[in-house]
Amino acid sequence: MSRRRSVTTLEARAGAESSHLLEVRDLKTHFITARGRVRAVDGVSFTLDRGKTLGIVGESGSGKTVLSRSVMNLLPRNNVVREGQILFDGRDITGADNAAMRSVWGIHMAMVFQDPMTSLNPVVKIGRQITESLRFHLDMDKKEARETAIALLRSVNIPEPQKRVDEYPHQLSGGMRQRVTIAIALACGPKLLMADEPTTALDVTVQAQILNLLARQQRERDMGMVLVTHDLGVVAGRTDEIIVMYGGKVVEKAPTAVLFRDMKMPYTEALVRSIPKLENHSHTRLRVIGGRPPDLINPPTGCNFSPRCPYAQPKCQEEEPPLVDAAAPGHQFACWYPVGTPENREAFERNVAAKLPQTLVTIDGAVVGAGMES
Amino acid sequence: MAGSGTAHLRADLDPLIRVEHLTVEFPVGNGLKVHAVSDISFDVLEGETLGLVGESGCGKSTTGRALMQLPPPTAGSVVFDGREITKLKGDDLRRIRPEMQMIFQDPISSLNPRRKIGDVVGEPLAIWGRGDEKERTELVDRVLASVGLDPEVSRSKRAHEFSGGQCQRISIARALVLDPKVIICDEPVSALDVSVQAQILNLLEDMKAAYGLTLVFIAHDLAVVKNVSDRVAVMYLGKMCEVARPDELYEAPAHPYTEALLTSIPVPDPSVRPDELDIISGELPSPIAPPSGCRFRTRCPRAEARCAELEPIMRQVGDDHWVACHFPLVPVIDDLDSDTGTLHA
Repeated sequence: MSRRRSVTTLEARAGAESSHLLEVRDLKTHFITARGRVRAVDGVSFTLDRGKTLGIVGESGSGKTVLSRSVMNLLPRNNVVREGQILFDGRDITGADNAAMRSVWGIHMAMVFQDPMTSLNPVVKIGRQITESLRFHLDMDKKEARETAIALLRSVNIPEPQKRVDEYPHQLSGGMRQRVTIAIALACGPKLLMADEPTTALDVTVQAQILNLLARQQRERDMGMVLVTHDLGVVAGRTDEIIVMYGGKVVEKAPTAVLFRDMKMPYTEALVRSIPKLENHSHTRLRVIGGRPPDLINPPTGCNFSPRCPYAQPKCQEEEPPLVDAAAPGHQFACWYPVGTPENREAFERNVAAKLPQTLVTIDGAVVGAGMES
Repeated sequence: MAGSGTAHLRADLDPLIRVEHLTVEFPVGNGLKVHAVSDISFDVLEGETLGLVGESGCGKSTTGRALMQLPPPTAGSVVFDGREITKLKGDDLRRIRPEMQMIFQDPISSLNPRRKIGDVVGEPLAIWGRGDEKERTELVDRVLASVGLDPEVSRSKRAHEFSGGQCQRISIARALVLDPKVIICDEPVSALDVSVQAQILNLLEDMKAAYGLTLVFIAHDLAVVKNVSDRVAVMYLGKMCEVARPDELYEAPAHPYTEALLTSIPVPDPSVRPDELDIISGELPSPIAPPSGCRFRTRCPRAEARCAELEPIMRQVGDDHWVACHFPLVPVIDDLDSDTGTLHA
């Protein structure tokens, strides 16, 4: 590997002052398709500091993966409309090209993907996959890089790292492979680690091991971490702040403890309700959310969630609720009839009286037609 | 766990499916073989849901397929509705098939992408020559409606026009259309989002009630299994560890492996800080050369010398609660070390 280090550096641009490790301002990522414009991410803002973990939660199609890839600048250049600003470590990386990102990826920000089977190169030994960034960014010689790779494998709890370093990905189990991708991401000591559904493809026991590993590494290295997942259980004990996304928008944002204690957005409540809980008796009816996530080409007018929301009122179908501050500091939500308020109670009773199907499913469990749509 | 034994069987209750000493092995050359399932026994009563839980590679899917004779087991017996089916061949075996249906993990790849949904769901009826064209269409429509799809709209569409959750509904409709006695659900919700997962779980419960089904529910998520099951069997590396009613299993797990599985589940409650120490360390041993004695001993925090020498057998620790462990977390009721199979009143 005789490639020289990239000479392109990112220069500070006006308006790029940020005291946070990562600041995303009103980010929009739209894809131009034959069917129309897909508003995958539509006006998302958040900040993340060093040593903190941010959880991004939502169903498939809520835009959480596109958001994390937008932040990493990993999206195709064509047919993508981007707006907003991404400030990383005081620099504006919005729309930076690959040449510029090369000096950022791996060394300053790194990513762990969902599927460890496909994110590793099957025909390259894992040792070389780890040392690639070490040699490129840190100018290590072969021997030094190999030793660092072995140390990295040991730090992610891979037994017999001296032997494993010369093996191919297919010789490892799924959990081990995910450990290797974490070792690759951590190799150059990034300041920010994006983990996009890192445990979704893994067993429960392995999931617990991988999440523990990520938490330990994050603490030791004082990294900022973004944990993207659809499972509220995964983020509950392991994040400082949570963003709930729905239809490309942030619908609720709060410090983790506040979110679970005092959730305001009906969608967050519905997500929590639909998880089967261990403390419940068997055959407990799950209170489901009917229907499907919104079509991001023709999103519903008003609130995106209104067609599935048990508390929806005429106002919800007409006017889009803005993201407003709640009582607790750092807690924001977008809802006209937030959970736990008298207005919400009234809306619920009105919908029950009107026998709205999406409301009734939350009372006596789903009727079979809960998911019925054409 | 790793243990064998038949003490937990309920012969007196006339189970619909009775599996004894089931063994499935796959040769891998050089005289070696994968011990996918080794000497497990269980039974399922009519109208009951049996949950089979365990990590990837524990043999739970192989067990489900061995019930279907896909492929037939290497050894052991499967008695379905009073008939031994492991010895059946050809047409006799074929005639059993409509009684047992299966739902697979990946809903999209288990549907033929080139065929219309109406044909996919109606094909079992055509194969068995049930009814005429018109009656079949009516039945397909009725089944599609009962799983929550609009038959008018969905009949002429193809699989790619549906979401994952809807495809799983279609798979369920296809399994139901022959009015089977048993449905084997192999990880039916692990590829789905939480919200869709809840819809499908509720749907399975509804269908079970409406069609009088017996279910074998295979999954790796204990919370999901608890929600749907009447009895849960925990598997590890081709052996059965623990059998109990779900509420009891979750309240007082007797096998160290069950406890480890339970503590691994992420709880949606920020006040519960996940344990930073890995509850079970290490990797699943190779099923080609499984550990001697108790197969869980290499990862078990309570393992002692005895565990390497002697394979534990099923013993009773509570009312319909059985464990195969030398040092269970709950005291054993009887202390017989032999498998008499007659202990349970």
